[in-house]
Amino acid sequence: MSQVILRVEGVTKRFGGFVAVQDVALHLTAGERLGLIGPNGSGKTTLINCISGALLNDEGRIEFEGRDVTRLPPHQRARLGVARTFQIPKPFRSMSVLENLRVPLEYAAWSRAEHRRITDEAMEILELIGLKHRAGTSSGDLTQVDMRKLELARALAAKPRLLVSDEAMAGLSSSEVDEILEILLALNRRGVAVIMIEHVMQAVMRFSQRVICLDAGRIICEGTPESIVRNPDVQRAYLGA
Amino acid sequence: MKISAFWVCIVLLFLAGLGLTHFSVNPYYFNALYVILQATIMAVAWNILGGFTGYVNFGSAAFFAVGAYTSIALDKALGLPLPLLILAAAAVCGLIGLGVGYLTLRLKGVYFAIATLAMAIVIETLVNNWSYVGGARGVYILTPEKHLWFDSYIEMLFVVMLLLTLASVAISRKLNASRLGRGLAAIRDDELAAECAGVPTLRLKLVSTTLMGAMMGVAGAPYPFFVTFVDPLSAFNLFVAVNAIAMPMIGGTAHWIGPVIGALLVGSVQEVVTVTVSSELNVLFVGIMLVLFVTLAPQGIVGVAQRLSRRFFR
Repeated sequence: MSQVILRVEGVTKRFGGFVAVQDVALHLTAGERLGLIGPNGSGKTTLINCISGALLNDEGRIEFEGRDVTRLPPHQRARLGVARTFQIPKPFRSMSVLENLRVPLEYAAWSRAEHRRITDEAMEILELIGLKHRAGTSSGDLTQVDMRKLELARALAAKPRLLVSDEAMAGLSSSEVDEILEILLALNRRGVAVIMIEHVMQAVMRFSQRVICLDAGRIICEGTPESIVRNPDVQRAYLGA
Repeated sequence: MKISAFWVCIVLLFLAGLGLTHFSVNPYYFNALYVILQATIMAVAWNILGGFTGYVNFGSAAFFAVGAYTSIALDKALGLPLPLLILAAAAVCGLIGLGVGYLTLRLKGVYFAIATLAMAIVIETLVNNWSYVGGARGVYILTPEKHLWFDSYIEMLFVVMLLLTLASVAISRKLNASRLGRGLAAIRDDELAAECAGVPTLRLKLVSTTLMGAMMGVAGAPYPFFVTFVDPLSAFNLFVAVNAIAMPMIGGTAHWIGPVIGALLVGSVQEVVTVTVSSELNVLFVGIMLVLFVTLAPQGIVGVAQRLSRRFFR
């Protein structure tokens, strides 16, 4: 089980003169749960934009399942098995919840999906996520928590082997956080490796097997959740001083 | 095999059109219907890129005109029959759609709209200086002698146009409900999310511009034989482009039936206003309708109908 599925080496991303991510290296084994934390503006979202292909990194190399994906556009990475959610939910607003899931099933997972059973597969995913009763609802009419769930459901419909969840819990109540956390754990039990970006620390602590902390575009430390909270560098990054 | 109501309607409409040519109707009606059908194809074509994919194109008139001029050039050079001219126009305009798409689709929103407008002006300038097809002076086209088993050439053109319209509506409907159509809708709703869901956005947008261009070329190909005199000013008329935008907007852009409803409604009203009031006023009329719909019912007639049916049938 300790096969490496994602390997990021020396990744740097600049926006003009501003270095958002600098020389970041990390790896992820199949089925692992990794937490990615760091203060606002520390480069977490930029890093996962590079991993999903939404941004191309200026330097460094990204490998997924042994294959160099550094220059691949996002849709090809999605087909290989990299899925992500967005910090601000981006549902396909003109479609129903069910149709939202048809898009990744028919594109990202097309080679892995049973073409005749697309609707059934979408319903199974909605059931797992707990959105089945909303299948026919227009996705623009969902509540905030349901929209976060839809983000996860749509990522799952791409049948990924790596899921990057970008602040799926920001602004949710604690019972809603538990719901989302439960969903992520359920996905992980199906063998999906998960990178979770989160500010809700209690969720990161419960979820992650390993945590990486970014500050100002660099990895400042890495370790078990317990060791991370005690790390003086992390405390300094968050609290100043 | 189950035959859907849609295909029954298509066949019935075609037969009705054929039947109409058997009665000695005033030829004006064929002229008027031709204009409305031409507008319908343009509206349906515009909607594939503008409605389904969400890229607003102001250059419709250029594709239409290139279709017409392809027809003129090939008629003059080789004397090809009309069906081949239509195919050639579809191919040429499809290629231009592909090329323009490749050059401009990296632009978003307003910038894409401006680029298409600029493209229309560039192509118009080229045609203005192409003396083989008449340049800025324009060119006269002789209506061919043959008109198959129809009583007059305009009746034949009308039936050809009816066939093309029905075909383009069928294509648009098929597209709307297909995997491809869902990919296009995903692009319209959120391009980055679409890309991350595995949709090859650039390729799909190119399919969309190519199809849009080809359909507009098809709408333009028979035009020279219809008017018998074509000059760049009339073929590249901005009003063609405005109509192609206004009709889907008024009908509703998200559903395949929207541009059809819009074109039939606006086109018919335009014809009536042109005949009964004045040909200048009909431009004003389209403008007012467009403003009203954009402000009061941005989802168009289809959107209003959907809202009403939801209110009454839930």
